[in-house]
Amino acid sequence: MSKFLEVENLNVSFPTEDGLVQATNEVSYSVGLGETLAIVGESGSGKSVSNLAVMGLHNAGSTNISGHAWLDLPSGRVDLISAKPEELRALRGKEMAMIFQDPMSALHPFFTVGKQIAEAWHLHNTGSKRAGLARAVEMLDLVGIPDASKRVNDFPHQFSGGMRQRVMIAMSLINNPSLLIADEPTTALDVTVQSQILQLIKDLQKEFNMAVIMITHDLGVVAEVADRVCVMYAGKIVETGGIDDIFYQSVHPYTRGLLASLPRLEQSSLGHRLLAIPGTPPSLINLPNGCSFAPRCAFAEHVGSGLCTSTTPKLELKREDQWARCHLGASDVSRISQLQIGATING
Amino acid sequence: MAENILEVNNLKMHFEGKRGFSFGSETPVVKAVDGVTFNVKVGESVGLVGESGCGKTTVGRTVMKLYEPTSGEIIFQGQDISKLKPRAMKKYRSSMQMIFQDPFSSLNPRHTVGSIIESSFVIHGITPEGGVKEAVRGLLAKVGLNPEHINRFPHEFSGGQRQRIGIARALALNPKFIVADEPVSALDVSIQAQIVNLLDDLQKEFGIAFLFIAHDLSVVQHISDRVIVMYLGKIMEMAPTFDLFLKPRHPYTKALLSAVPVPDPKIGRAREKILLQGDLPSPANPPKGCVFNTRCWKAQDLCRTTVPEVLEIAPSHSLACHFPE
Repeated sequence: MSKFLEVENLNVSFPTEDGLVQATNEVSYSVGLGETLAIVGESGSGKSVSNLAVMGLHNAGSTNISGHAWLDLPSGRVDLISAKPEELRALRGKEMAMIFQDPMSALHPFFTVGKQIAEAWHLHNTGSKRAGLARAVEMLDLVGIPDASKRVNDFPHQFSGGMRQRVMIAMSLINNPSLLIADEPTTALDVTVQSQILQLIKDLQKEFNMAVIMITHDLGVVAEVADRVCVMYAGKIVETGGIDDIFYQSVHPYTRGLLASLPRLEQSSLGHRLLAIPGTPPSLINLPNGCSFAPRCAFAEHVGSGLCTSTTPKLELKREDQWARCHLGASDVSRISQLQIGATING
Repeated sequence: MAENILEVNNLKMHFEGKRGFSFGSETPVVKAVDGVTFNVKVGESVGLVGESGCGKTTVGRTVMKLYEPTSGEIIFQGQDISKLKPRAMKKYRSSMQMIFQDPFSSLNPRHTVGSIIESSFVIHGITPEGGVKEAVRGLLAKVGLNPEHINRFPHEFSGGQRQRIGIARALALNPKFIVADEPVSALDVSIQAQIVNLLDDLQKEFGIAFLFIAHDLSVVQHISDRVIVMYLGKIMEMAPTFDLFLKPRHPYTKALLSAVPVPDPKIGRAREKILLQGDLPSPANPPKGCVFNTRCWKAQDLCRTTVPEVLEIAPSHSLACHFPE
């Protein structure tokens, strides 16, 4: 499958008073039409920063960006990183769109939702105000807002959180973009509303054959929507692969640690201790030598001659279509984890 | 059976809205908590779950007497504290403590960790054995922080460490009862498990009773002996954790459980999801009859007119539904 978006060696850094913050480091990922890529990581792992770079939403003056983000358009491949602002403006909203975590702050409180949605249409189409508004009603109807022809004249504060997120989705999809980047779209919502929104995104993806990038910290959401997964830690992709590979035979100790640390509903975990990952993520200004995860890694001491604390591992193919940034091989990990489980319990 | 440390009877907490410009019309009343009855036994950990606006935080704050309840009883260690004035409350405060959600705003940025924890002793005029400083160091060690950091300020710590400071402060006076309001929801996934384990250990070590308020059902399941499910200010279902998660009887509990995304793709694909329609109604204008009837797929005429009572259907399993599963 040819990929609609291919991000290649993306580096984003912010100079600050305290030093250079290396927010993402050689990040590469790709997503095809009709496919959902989940990018999962904790705060500060670089998952939002890399996608803001793809959308061209960083302030050029205070950000250093290098690398490529190829968008595969019928008219030819475009590199979003080196594109001029006016080129990006023509693509944003039309070919790629983004929705954000907090739908209240993403909507303007002074304008009706109809006006705001229609504005997105007018940017890429010529037509009367009436035509724009009619299109807005059509979109509100599509995203499941009841009584759309009336609600189109309401203001954002008259909608609930879930409905606002539907409005955002309507706005982002009004020009039929081929790529939707959803940055924690359900984090601010309640679980029952969250499952409605996730279902809506899935339905729309199927209907319009979109590529979707789902940025989230919630492995439950990942399991629900993703075809492929990138796990990020301290600005780097530490593991990437198909959904079942990541959940059932992950190679990287961080991925394994995250999955083990989750309290789970389905199996009764009553009375069991959670297997927590000790320590905290490193500062992005002052990353540890070698592997960024080494100070928290239960496996690091099993790798010979201090390799993990001296040499930064490369993203290597560990199994078919499964890559990890770790000095351990796939077989080493399962062997050692047999020995280690139980011994790594650390509060 | 162990005795109750806390007994809440028909607790109501109604907030009056502002009148604004609409002179003459009635002041809107938000019934955040509307007739809630439950108990917490000595050393027991009770989870309180529900979506935003269901009143779970208000219950926590009202039993701590941070709000003056509108009506109802709060019986703490055998004494009704619901009508006590702040001064009379003080002697109960040392045995009831609170842990907050946001470890950034719940610690004074201008005070050192030492003086934050110390203030518990100072306010209650207690001098622990071996002196206050020693006690603070001991507390820091107990929650997994370096006692040498006693003179640091909150901003020098990460989110997880700050939550540990909040826990140390709550533990200072050896409380018998702690309300933990979303103690891990502001933390990163890899840190959450550390704090959950810490709370688990402390509860076992000191036999503290917990009211654990959270929206994350998997965390609640892990840490609670019993779980209360709230919706729009009312209790929907109340049962031992195992029963509630395995055999939920209230349609809302069932829907809530099925909405939680499971971090296991195979199970996720296999299970049947109940997709609730619509949003939570406003607590200022709750539906008539059963508050859940507008989103319930089993609702019938009776549900729209008559409020179901909370009835015990099995030992310590209570339910407010006309047509339980």
